[in-house]
Amino acid sequence: MKKFFTLIAFLIFTVSSVNNVYSIEADVFVQSTVNRAAKTLGGNLTKEERVEKLKEIARDTVDIDGIGFYSLGAHRKSLTKEQLTLYKQVFAEYFLKSFSSRLAEYSNPEIEVNSKKIINKNYTIVSSTLVATDSRPKVSIEWRVYTKNPNNLLIRDLIIEGLSLARTQKEEFSSIINSNDGKIEALLKNLSDFAAK
Amino acid sequence: MKKFLLTSLISLMLVTNVSADTDGENNMSNKNLGEIKDCFEGVNRATFKFNQVLDGVVFEPLAKAYRVLPSPVRAGTSNALDNLSTLVTIPNNLLQGDFKKATVNTGRFIVNTTIGVVGIFDVAEKVGFPEYEKEDYGQTLGVMGVGEGCYVVLPVLGPSTVRDTVGSLANLMGGDAWYNVTVANDTQHFSDFDYYATRAGAGIDFRAKNIESFDNLEKNSIDFYASIRSLYLQDRAKKIANSNATTEAMDDGDWEEIETQ
Repeated sequence: MKKFFTLIAFLIFTVSSVNNVYSIEADVFVQSTVNRAAKTLGGNLTKEERVEKLKEIARDTVDIDGIGFYSLGAHRKSLTKEQLTLYKQVFAEYFLKSFSSRLAEYSNPEIEVNSKKIINKNYTIVSSTLVATDSRPKVSIEWRVYTKNPNNLLIRDLIIEGLSLARTQKEEFSSIINSNDGKIEALLKNLSDFAAK
Repeated sequence: MKKFLLTSLISLMLVTNVSADTDGENNMSNKNLGEIKDCFEGVNRATFKFNQVLDGVVFEPLAKAYRVLPSPVRAGTSNALDNLSTLVTIPNNLLQGDFKKATVNTGRFIVNTTIGVVGIFDVAEKVGFPEYEKEDYGQTLGVMGVGEGCYVVLPVLGPSTVRDTVGSLANLMGGDAWYNVTVANDTQHFSDFDYYATRAGAGIDFRAKNIESFDNLEKNSIDFYASIRSLYLQDRAKKIANSNATTEAMDDGDWEEIETQ
C-alpha cells in the first residue's frame, strides 16, 4: 500500500514538473526579454535590421491581440466580426511598427528587474528600472504580464513612471472614434496610414 | 483690486467645475470621452497647436541649448528649482493633513538651502531623506475630493484642468512664499525678475529632460493631442493618490474581459 501511494505521489510530481519545465517566472521572463532587446539595440545592426529584430521580439513576447482589444475599449462590443478581423490585422501592423520605432531610438538601454507582484492567476506586475544616463534620470517601468498560460507569458502593458501606455493608447483611439461619430473606419484608416508611412 | 478679481475668478471656475462634474443635466456631458471631460476640445486643440508652434520656435531650442551645459550645472539648477518648490509643497502637505511629510520637507528645505547652498546640492537626499514628492494646490483640492472638472489647455503653460488651474492661482494669492517675497511684496533682496526667471528656468529644465521622449511620443502617436491629454490626467491622478504603487492605480476590470489564450 505504501509503495502504491509513493508511486502515485511520484507520478503526480512528475506530471506537474513536466508541465512546469518550460514555464518561467514573470520577472525572469521580463529580464530575458529586456536582455534580448538590449542585445539587438547594442549590436552593430543597421536601423532596418534592428527594427525587424524588435518586431520579432514583440511577436514572441507581447499579446498584440489583447492590447488591440483593450485599446478599443467599449467600442469593441459594437463591431461586427468582419470589422474585428480587419481591426486585428491593421492593429498588429500598426503596433509592430510603433513598438519597434519607439525602441529603436534607444542605443544601449540598461534595465534592471527589481521585483514582481502577483495580482491574480492571470496577471503579475514586474517592476524594473531604466538606469539613468547623462541625458536623462532613471525611469521606473512596470510590466503587466499575462500569466494565464505559464508556458506562454505575454506582456500586455508597460507602465512608465506610473503612466500606462495601453491606457494612453485606449484613450487616443477613443478620441479618434468619438470625433468621427463613433465609426471605426476612421481609426482603421489612421492605423493603416501610420503603418504605411 | 487684483485679489478681488482673482477671488472672483477662482469662485467662478470652482462653480463651473462643480457643474461639469454632474451628469445628465450638463449640456456639455456629450463631450465626455469615457472618463475624460474635454468640454472645450475645439479650443483646446487650437491652443495645443499654438503651443506646439511656440515650443518649436522658443522652448525646444532653449532646452537644447541648455543641454549643452555640463551635467553638474544642469543637476545643480534642477536641485535649486526643486528646493524652491518645497515652499509650495510644505503648505500643501499641511493642508492634506500629512504633518510627517511637512516636517520632513521643512527639514529638507533647511538642509538644502544652508548646507546645500541655496539648494544647488541635494544634501538631504545624500543623508537619507525620503524621495521628494512635489505637492501643489491642485493636488490638495483633489485630495479634498474636488473633481478635476474639464480638461483645459492653457496658452504657453500647456495641459491643465479647471481644478488645477484654480490651484495654481492660489500661488498668486499668498500660497507661494517665493512669489510673496519676489513679486507680491517689494523687498530689497528680490525682484519680479527672480520669480519669472525661476519659473521659466523650471520650464526649460523640464523640457530639456524630455526632448527625446516628447519627440518619440509625437512621432508614434496617431493623435498626439489625445496622448498628451491622457498622460497628463494619468499623472495628476497618480500624484493626487500619492501613490507609487502601480497596482493601486490600475483598473484591472477592463483587462479581465479580454481572453486571448
